[in-house]
Order: sequence, then structure tokens, then C-alpha cells
Amino acid sequence: MPERLYGVRHHGPGSARAVVRELERQRPGVLLIEGPPEADDLVRWAADSGLNPPVALLGYAVDDPGRAAFWPFAVFSPEWQAISWAVRNGVPVRFFDLPYAYQMDLEGRVGRPVDPIGELAAAAGYDDPERWWEDVVEHRGVPVFAAIEEAMTAIRDTAEEDPSDLVREAHMRQVLREERRRHDDIAVVCGAWHVPALARKVPVKDDVALLKGRKKAKVAFTWVPWTYGRLASWSGYGAGVRSPGWYHHLFTAASDVVPRWLVDAAGVLRSEGVPTSSAHVIEATRLAEALATMRGRPLAGLTEVTEAAEAVMCDGEPLRTELIARRLVVGERLGTVPDEMPAVPLARDLAAQQKSVRLKPEPTERALDLDLRRDIDLRRSRLLHRLRTLDLAWGERTPGRRGTGTFREEWRICWQPEFAVRLVESSMWGTTVVSAATARVTRRAHAASTLAEVTELVEICLLADLPDAYPAVLAALDTRAALDADVHHLMAALPALARTLRYGDVRRTDVSGLSVVTAGLLGRICAGLPSAAGSLSDEAARDLRNGMDGVHQAVGLLADERLREQWLATISLLAMRPGLHGLPAGRLTRLLLDAGRLDSAEVRRRLRLPLTVGGSPANAAAWVEGFLAGGGLLLVHDEALLSLVDEWMADIPAESFEDVLPLLRRTFGGFDAGERRAIGERVARGVRGGGGVDAVVELDRERAVSVLPTLSALLGRGLGVRS
Amino acid sequence: MTALRPHAEDQYAEELALLAAADDRNRPPGWRLSPHAVVTYLLGDGAKITPKYVGPRRLIEVAVATLATDRALLLLGVPGTAKTWVSEHLAAAISGDSTLLVQGTAGTAEESIRYGWNYARLLADGPSDAALVPSPVMRAMRLGSIIRLEELTRVPSDVQDALITILSEKTLPVPELNTEVQAERGFNLIATANDRDRGVNELSSALRRRFNTVVLPVPANADDEVEIVARRVAQLGRSLELPEVPEALDEIRRVVTIFRELRSGVTEDGRTKLKSPTGSLSTAEAISVITNGMALAAHFGDGTLHPGDVAAGILGAVVKDPVSDGVVWREYLETVVRERSDWLDFYRAARDA
Repeated sequence: MPERLYGVRHHGPGSARAVVRELERQRPGVLLIEGPPEADDLVRWAADSGLNPPVALLGYAVDDPGRAAFWPFAVFSPEWQAISWAVRNGVPVRFFDLPYAYQMDLEGRVGRPVDPIGELAAAAGYDDPERWWEDVVEHRGVPVFAAIEEAMTAIRDTAEEDPSDLVREAHMRQVLREERRRHDDIAVVCGAWHVPALARKVPVKDDVALLKGRKKAKVAFTWVPWTYGRLASWSGYGAGVRSPGWYHHLFTAASDVVPRWLVDAAGVLRSEGVPTSSAHVIEATRLAEALATMRGRPLAGLTEVTEAAEAVMCDGEPLRTELIARRLVVGERLGTVPDEMPAVPLARDLAAQQKSVRLKPEPTERALDLDLRRDIDLRRSRLLHRLRTLDLAWGERTPGRRGTGTFREEWRICWQPEFAVRLVESSMWGTTVVSAATARVTRRAHAASTLAEVTELVEICLLADLPDAYPAVLAALDTRAALDADVHHLMAALPALARTLRYGDVRRTDVSGLSVVTAGLLGRICAGLPSAAGSLSDEAARDLRNGMDGVHQAVGLLADERLREQWLATISLLAMRPGLHGLPAGRLTRLLLDAGRLDSAEVRRRLRLPLTVGGSPANAAAWVEGFLAGGGLLLVHDEALLSLVDEWMADIPAESFEDVLPLLRRTFGGFDAGERRAIGERVARGVRGGGGVDAVVELDRERAVSVLPTLSALLGRGLGVRS
Repeated sequence: MTALRPHAEDQYAEELALLAAADDRNRPPGWRLSPHAVVTYLLGDGAKITPKYVGPRRLIEVAVATLATDRALLLLGVPGTAKTWVSEHLAAAISGDSTLLVQGTAGTAEESIRYGWNYARLLADGPSDAALVPSPVMRAMRLGSIIRLEELTRVPSDVQDALITILSEKTLPVPELNTEVQAERGFNLIATANDRDRGVNELSSALRRRFNTVVLPVPANADDEVEIVARRVAQLGRSLELPEVPEALDEIRRVVTIFRELRSGVTEDGRTKLKSPTGSLSTAEAISVITNGMALAAHFGDGTLHPGDVAAGILGAVVKDPVSDGVVWREYLETVVRERSDWLDFYRAARDA
């Protein structure tokens, strides 16, 4: 037999079975497979017991591992079966696709103008191409290669050609010619689409012309472990398969495909504690077969078994259906790669970065003190933070000993050997540290179930400088904020965001987008706060007070007039609500006073209210505490406030003064001794004496002006002196 | 005909006859139509046969295949997802008779599932066939047709259990007469249940096992839902003889959009997350909001459907729990409705409602 072309469907179990059977019959002298020729050396690993599919060939540019491509193989891939067969039988294998080094040039290619299988399916009256292929090829057990070739030829005769396909096929033909000189007996395994092009007679010079002058990048290849989950979502080479688990089953189950599958499905449900009896399996099998008959299909396919399992075993619970889809249809199989395999690009990228920030991986623990104002330290910090998102805790943050400056970070770093394994595992997230960390954070953002988790991610994004993960994290933040019914969570999340926005920071991160989300968050807080403020216990009132304080400060930081207006309007309404717990009520009055929303007469009126006969003493105490708490120092310096309190106190009628006194003592008792003394001294000097307390201070203008330049620089705005 | 609402097999008698005449596929014993033709009857063929159910084809296929394999069918779904509607049409197409029906309630007694006695006869003559009062289930078994059981989860558990023997052995023993009634071929049961209040009388796992479950979802996209609402509103309007109200498609689309957004908790453009109210906001409720609005417009308004006519109806449908749903509705009005410039008149109407 001279030369055989096996047109397959990538990842088609029927094709895989047929290829092995045909190879067994043909026993060719050499095997050519559609794949990157740079990976020829890696073929021998297929015999290694450490290499178990699903695995992928990973090719990447040596100087830029970010440009990479994967060629995944599952046990049911015809290519994998062909390779294993060849390695078992000592037949040489060559990948004969256009070298990946050339293909990098072709990036940004458009897909094929025609979906060949779609065309055939449409001709057969099917609306779903996958299903048609399943019916006529995979489920029949053995496809007839000649028939496939004929069908493809018919389609390609009329179809438009994809330029990159033409180049690839020219190269394939060149290799084929070369092999023909050495071997008589050649077997070719490639996508069915390419078969007509390889069988066609084309002059050599046309192919040479097509291939001339291609730029060649330096690339390296390695095997990496793959998962069925990635295979299902993959859309590159050979197109993704939606149901790798099902194909695995089709390939491995010798007979009774449907009952075996449903028995497995029952097993999945049982392992989750859902009682599923054999009777269920029997009924599901009957239903699947009835459905197939009704739809005129030769054998129940994935659609039928899924629907049958859903109707009979899942009781209409979508969670159970999803469980079956995840565990069985997609499958959770993870491939393995031998330990001796050359390093993955992620590890190379890390090594390069370690070099560039001059940070060696050392197994001994040491302290590292970073000053983020220095460029190299900033890059070190980012690297450490990025690695942490990959569960690679090379560095541990230690609480700062020296001050609270935002530009200082202290770490303990210690490299552990098992990090190498983590790197290989993480290589599925990306080929560089940045891209892997971004992918990981994005994934976590999608999976996050609480607001706190997402706020943490926002911070990680900033610390690790992952701008590309930002949109996903912000979207998750928005979602979580919308769904979180607890205003306290929302209030707790706001200050950190506001700080980030305001101090955008030492880290020079781009924070656009965050402001929209923050504004949305505040809107939700304003909508939810009134209903959260009803019937509070003392403890809850304290939480609410703290939360509102945080929000108030945050609103101040945001420096957005509209948001400030919204917040103040909300709390003015809330402060007037009868029955509001004293602590927040007092606090709000104080906040409104500070914001200039209430004049002192109104505040005096409100101050008096809780202390009248209608109010309970406990409530009054809480009110005064809320109003004054934490303001010891402020009372010393804020003339207006002190005089307000002073006036109010003087106004208290003598008969009720004794009742009020303990309440006041309780509040003032919370101040520092020093503050209390300072307030006392202040009052002793007389508060109300014509605005100022001390005599007017004489200013030395010359000296006063000299601080202005520094102050301007600090505040970021021009300051002048009014004459 | 003066019935307020004719049975499916009467209303669509013509379509059923048409299908039966053209049907050359295998019919399961006791069936009037082949499974394939039943599916066509439910989903329409784009020409003579009108669609009765707008939704995924595979659901109807699973339901029909279930009945064809002698398994009982349980239709689950939130209120207003056409469970009863589908079961009625299935019964009409398969048995040509949708009248064999047991309405499940908390007070449903065993007699309505098995059989009762004519006590005068019983006292006079003792137990005899003549004294036996058959239930709809028993009659369906004798006739070999489909019996429908509405709101199965409302039926008390001990009464539900009476179904187990009927479903697995297809027989109903009458120990008093020492006989039994065996189901003729073609007998089967379609039950509907509401998965909102699943906890009321949860089915025992023994009973559950005898049903295949099909969950009817809320419509997948806005266009489908608008179509369903418009079609039903037109039909209802005719049978209730409401005065014609000119094309109200815009208003229908708006109501459907609001219901969909609140139900799914996200705006149609997928940008804003929303809280969902406690009610189910089904398509059926959208239909009644529109019908109600049309009645308002026709009898009290100027004959055109204005935003104000539907606003009150929507408010009533959305706010079932005055406290929590009130917040949801206000948040939706202020954050979503107000931002849509062409919804301004509706925003005003809704705020005043």
C-alpha cells in the first residue's frame, strides 16, 4: 500500500478508533501527523508512563513566553492514538504542519470561511453539526475515510479558501514529497478538511513560492498537563469539544454505551447523597431510547441521555443536572507530565523576572524591607503579590514595625522546592506571571460569593498591579454589592475603595472605573440605610455608628459634590426619624453639624430633645455619647462646638441637671485625661468671650508666608495669602 | 357555544383532525396521534397548526416520550409557566379528552383518587358495582386515557400514596368487592406541581421515582415572552369580549421587560444587577397585567393603552411583601427606569401609582 490519508475530526472518538484499526492493517513505514514539527523530539515521551492524557503540547516564543499556543490531546484524540500506536510499534513519527515558528506570523487569522461539518450537516437536514457528526460518524463506530474525503472534496471545491490554510497545506505537501523519497508506505493523520488539498496534484514551485520569505521566530516546546475542563472551553486548534467526558466514555466503553453512562450518572448522584436506584437507571435508559426513536436517531446521543437523566434522576433539580454535566459530560480528569520534562514558560518568566528585580530564590528565610518609592522595590513588591495570587507564598507580609507610611512594605521571603510544582500547575493559567495572576484573580472574582472577598480582590489588583483583571473584579464588586442585602457589609466595603480612589497612590495604579462602582455602592448604601436603622440593640447601634462614620469619612475623601449631597440628604432624613437609637441619632446630628447642614440653634434644639421627660435616660446617654464621642480634642479646638455644648449645658434647668450629669460624665469619662484637662482649662478661660478666646494673635507675615510653598506641594493646590 | 372557556379538544378540534389525517407514524396503543404528531400539535408547524407552547422543543419531546414509555409525567415550574396549559393540550392530543381532571387541594380525599360510595345504595344493597362511585382516575383507567392531577404537592401525603400502586402496577384494587380495575392501554397520568411551595407536601421518594420530571422554565428571551403575552392577551380579550384596544405592543414589551429584569435580577443589557422581589412575576401575571390595563383603557380611558393603565397593575404584581418588595421596586424605579429616557412617562406614572 503506498500512502494513506486519514482525514479525522480532532478529538473524535470514532475517528480515533478507526485510525488505530487502519494503522494496524496498513503498518506504514512512517507516520505524519498534523502538528508543529518543532515538537518532533517530544514524541518519544508518549512512551513514558508519566505522560498521561489529557496533555497538551505547549509552544511559545523563547524571547516572549506570553506568545504561546497549545495543542491539546485527549485519550480519544485520533492524533494521540496514532502517536501511541507508532511509539508502541517503533514507527517514526513526524509532525508535518507548518512550523509554529512561521505560524506566529499568521496571527490574527480569521476562521475558515466555511464550517465543513456544518455544511454537510445542513445538507443532511440537521441543525446541529456536532449532532450530525455524532450520528453518522462517531456513533457508527467506524468512519469510512474514503467517504469523508469525498465529502470534503465536494465542499472545498466550492468553498472560499482561508489563506493561512493554503500556506499550511503547502508545507504539508512539501514534507510529504520529502518523505516519499525515503518511504513507500506513508500514513497521514490530519484534519478531514486538509485531505483534498494533500491528495491534489500541485506543482512544487507553487508551494515553494508560497512558503518563501516567512519570518521565523525562535520557539520552544514542552508537554504540559491539561484538563478536560480546558478542553471543553478551548477554541483554538482543532476546535473545542463541548463534552470531553462523553467522548471519553464513547471511546472507552466497549458496549452498552447508554446504560453504562447512566450508571455512571447515578454514581455521581449517589456520591452526593442523592438516593438513585437501579430502577432510575432502567427508566432513564428507556426514556433515552424512546427519545432517540422519536427523533429518528440511530443511537441515543448525549442530548438524549442528558435529558433522560434530567427527567428521571434529577427530579428537575438544576443543581443535579449541573453536577452530572461537570463531573461526567465535561469530566474532571487532569493529565500528568513526567517530572523530567523541560521547564514550563511560566517558570522561565519567573526566573527572568527574579533576575530583573535582583531577587534570588533562596531556601533560607530572610527579611526584605521595601521602599515603594523606589522603582525596583515597587517591582519586587508587585512580583511577590502576584505570586501570592498563584498560591505561591514566596513572601509573607510582616506587620510594619516602623510607622504606618504607605510606601513601606516589609516581607519575609523564603523559597520552597515545592514551588516548582505550583509553577507547573499554575502554567495552565498563563505563560507569564502577570497573565497567570490576572487569569487567577479574574476567576476568583467570578467565583466570589461575598462582598468581602471581592473587596480583598480589589486590593490585590492594586497591590499586584493587575490592570487587566480589574474589569472583572469591578463587575464582581458591582454584582456582589447589588445582591448583598446587608448594608453593614456595603458600608464596610466603602472606605477601602474610597481610600484607593483618593490616594490612587504610591503605586501609580490606574483607578478609573472604580469611581463608578464606588458611586453605585454609595447609592445602594443610601437606599438601604433607612431600613437597616430600625429597632437596633445597643450593639447593633454601635456597629451602625461605626459604619456610618466610615462612610462619612469615605464620602469626604471622594470629593464628589453629587455623592456628598446624596449622602447628606440620606442622613438628614434619617436623623429626624423618631425612634432612632440614640447613638446613631446623636452621631448623625453631629455629622450634619460638621457638614454645615444644621445651624447651631437647630442643634441646640435637638440636643435638648432627648433630655426631656419623653426620653429615657439610657437613650439620652447614648445620644450625648453619639454626639460627642471621639471629639475630645475637637472640643478643645472647635470654638463653635464647645460654645454650643456650653450653652446647652447652661440652659439645662436646675431640677433636671442632676439627671443629666451622670450621662455627661459617662461621655466625658471616655476622653483622655489630658483632653479633659484641656477642655476644662478652655472653659475656665471663658468660652463665649467675643468669638476668640485668646487675645488676637499677632502674625508675622514674612514667616507665615514662608511655609506656603511646602504646604501647597503637600496639599496639591496653590495657596496664597489674603491681604 | 356559550362556555366561558371551551376545552382544548373542542377549540382545536380542526387542528387535531388535520394532524390525525396526515399522521402515518406509529401510534402507541391507546393514542389518538403518534408522539411526533403530538409534539407538532404542541409546538405548531408554522402553517396550519398554531403553537400552543412557546419554549424549548426538547422539553415537549421529553414529556411526550415519557408518556409514550408508560411513565407518569410531573410538570414542575413556578406559577404561571403554562404547566396546566401544557397538560391540558397533551391530554387533548393524546386521548382526545382533557376533562379527566383531579384538582389537588389540601382537602383532596382518597375518594377522588380511588373511588367513593353511593351511600344510599350501599346501605340498601350492600357493596356492589352499582354502589361504587368511580373517581376520574378510575374512569381514565377504564377508558385508557390520560388523567390530569393538578397541584400534586398540595394533596396530603397519605392521599398521594394511593397513586403508588396505580402508577407501578397500573391497577386499582377494590377489596370490598374483591375485584380490581386494570388500566386499559393508553392510560397515563400527568401531574403538575409548583416548585415555589415545594415544601407543602413533598412527594415521598417512592412516589417521586414513578414520575419523570420536566421543569417548564420562564421564557428564555424577551421576544418569545412578548409573543406569548400578545397572543394570550388577544385570545383572552376575544373570549371576554373586551372592546378592541389598538396595538399595544410597546406597552406589552415594557411590561415583559420589567418582569424579566426583576425576575432574573439583572437588566436586559446585563450591566446592572437588581434585587428580585418575592413574587414569581410569571408570564401569566404579565398577561393579566396587560388584560387588566386594556380593560381600564377601554372602559375608563380613551381606548389606548397608556403607561398609567399598566403601572398600577405592575406595582400590584411586583410588591407582594410591602416592606422588602417596596424597597426593591423603589430601587428599580430610581436606578433603572429613571435612566431610560423613553420611559419617562412610565416613570412618572409608576411613581404616582
